[in-house]
Amino acid sequence: MAAGAASGGSATTDTYKESRFWLLLPAWVVLGIFVLAPVMMMLIYSFLTKEFRGGVIWELSFAAYDQFFCDRGLFGDEPCTIEWTYIQIFWRSIWQAGAATLLSLAIGFPTAYFIATRPESQRPLWVFLITIPYWVNLLIRTVSMKFLLRDQGPLNDALIGIGLLDSPLHIVNTNFAVQLGLFYSYLPFMVLPIYAAVERYNFALSEAAADLYATKWTTLRRILLPAVKPGVIAGCILVFVPSMGSFLAPDLLGGAKNFMIGSLIEEQFKGNAGNWPFGAAASMILLTMVLIILLIFARQQAKAEKEA
Amino acid sequence: MSNTTSNAIEVRDAVKRYGDFTALKRISLSIKDNEFFTLLGPSGCGKTTLLRMIAGFEDVTEGAIFLYGDEIENLPPHQRPVNTVFQNYALFPHMTILDNVAFGLEMRGKSKDQARSRAGEMLELVQLSQFAARKPSQLSGGQQQRVALARALAPQPKVLLLDEPLSALDLKLRKAMQLELKHLQRETGITFIFVTHDQEEALTMSDRIAVMSAGEMQQLGGPKDIYEKPRNMFVADFIGETNLLEVSVDGINNGRAVCHLGGGHELTCDAVDGVGVGSHVHMSVRPERLYMSDKPVETESLKGRIKENIFVGTDITTIVDLEDGPEFVVRTSNSDRGNKRIFEPGAEMYVNMELGAARLLVD
Repeated sequence: MAAGAASGGSATTDTYKESRFWLLLPAWVVLGIFVLAPVMMMLIYSFLTKEFRGGVIWELSFAAYDQFFCDRGLFGDEPCTIEWTYIQIFWRSIWQAGAATLLSLAIGFPTAYFIATRPESQRPLWVFLITIPYWVNLLIRTVSMKFLLRDQGPLNDALIGIGLLDSPLHIVNTNFAVQLGLFYSYLPFMVLPIYAAVERYNFALSEAAADLYATKWTTLRRILLPAVKPGVIAGCILVFVPSMGSFLAPDLLGGAKNFMIGSLIEEQFKGNAGNWPFGAAASMILLTMVLIILLIFARQQAKAEKEA
Repeated sequence: MSNTTSNAIEVRDAVKRYGDFTALKRISLSIKDNEFFTLLGPSGCGKTTLLRMIAGFEDVTEGAIFLYGDEIENLPPHQRPVNTVFQNYALFPHMTILDNVAFGLEMRGKSKDQARSRAGEMLELVQLSQFAARKPSQLSGGQQQRVALARALAPQPKVLLLDEPLSALDLKLRKAMQLELKHLQRETGITFIFVTHDQEEALTMSDRIAVMSAGEMQQLGGPKDIYEKPRNMFVADFIGETNLLEVSVDGINNGRAVCHLGGGHELTCDAVDGVGVGSHVHMSVRPERLYMSDKPVETESLKGRIKENIFVGTDITTIVDLEDGPEFVVRTSNSDRGNKRIFEPGAEMYVNMELGAARLLVD
């Protein structure tokens, strides 16, 4: 990088500032192109007028947001009352993503703990094994899941075969199927940060707790969990956020009744039926919601930290 | 069951194996009530393994451990009324100092308030009351060490286990803590089992010391016994500095062994069980038990020549060559210079020792 020459300014702080600018530049360029620009595009599109066969007309309009929040009757000429349809979809998304996150945590934490407590030479192998299924395309994995879970699928066959069930369990097209799909889609994002945290954990602390008469359960709750909390939080965010906007699992496993916000957005940009400004507006609202949820979470963490 | 209640800890035929590797080879020892007992040895000798077996962190492959007569080797750590001071303290980083000390009390069923008030008293005992609200990372190593001590003592364990607790401290602090620990042990009357690789530390603090090497106990005794009457090569070499000489035992009369040093030099010393006439063994003579003169003084005088004098602050170390024989290291304390002679390099002189200074070793 052509940053070294400090022209004029002889003080080292000037050189430092200048090279810092150049060194940070690539990061800013990447962030600008891949994060800021798309978000700005979405923001602008959400305030434009829709073109009926997809695309936009460059005219300022609040119609997208109005459509999202306001119910103006069948002919669209009544005063605004709250439109519940999309808020319900939103609420369902939060709920589904939350359930998938808890499911991932319940399975991911013990898995991560298991890996982190293997002999050091074996750990990379276990991590590798965890990630292998994720080399397969997400779509294919989700479709396969549908085959596994359906009424005549291997899971139900097996459960009936061993006599646990008389008739197949209906899993596909339920909320639970979507949660399972989301859980499976993002499990490694839960396992890996928790694994990293548990691996750094000083197990002498667990011994100290046991030495001071704490049972295993108390040791987990009072010593291990607080120590690996940053990893757990990272894992939860990494599963929750993409689950919120996911559309593959709800589309394929949830059916029409279990629509999530991701599917709603997807539809607005698909084919001729779409409504780009509305899709953009829904995206912006999703983004804002996720940020608000994370902020509330961070606030509470900071507060809990202060009290402790 | 035999009567074991008078002992704080009794280890009976304890063996620890990890796969093919035997870390402890059938150790038996009894630690008395109120005793400051030290397990001393180089790293890998099994001393920490033995301590962790008493604490419950390692299971016992064979054998039994009794705590005041109760067999404990199958109890999980949280059910054993012993507490440990860990090598790197293992303080809970997310808790305050006060909560760290209160933790064990709370786990024993005390209410949070009771536990905290008792923890406060413990912090007073180690003079850290003003740090009660801080986190461990805000304390110095020495302070953390004292917190670890207060935390382990707070639930009033029957036995306190200390796993090289001073090894991370600098020399001055370590010396101060050695005395503090010794006083604390006397004040509380709790049996201390202390693990260290530092022989000086062991000699300073202990009532009794078990010297360990390669999973075996080499010698068990008071500091003075261990230092002055080492049983074998390992103990003599590991504890303090010594002259280790190869000798052959020429004869034994009235409990005195006549030993040949090579080059025609001879020494008599106390005979030892297990060393008979004709055996080739080692002899240990502590450098500070030797002194020099221009004429033979004692019955045990050896003729030699000064090779080198080394000034080491409190002492002068002199290296002496015996004629056709081995080398000797003689240490003269600087405070003794009035009474004891120092010779110039090259001078001929005699190295003298009183009876009992030389010790035969079972190899």
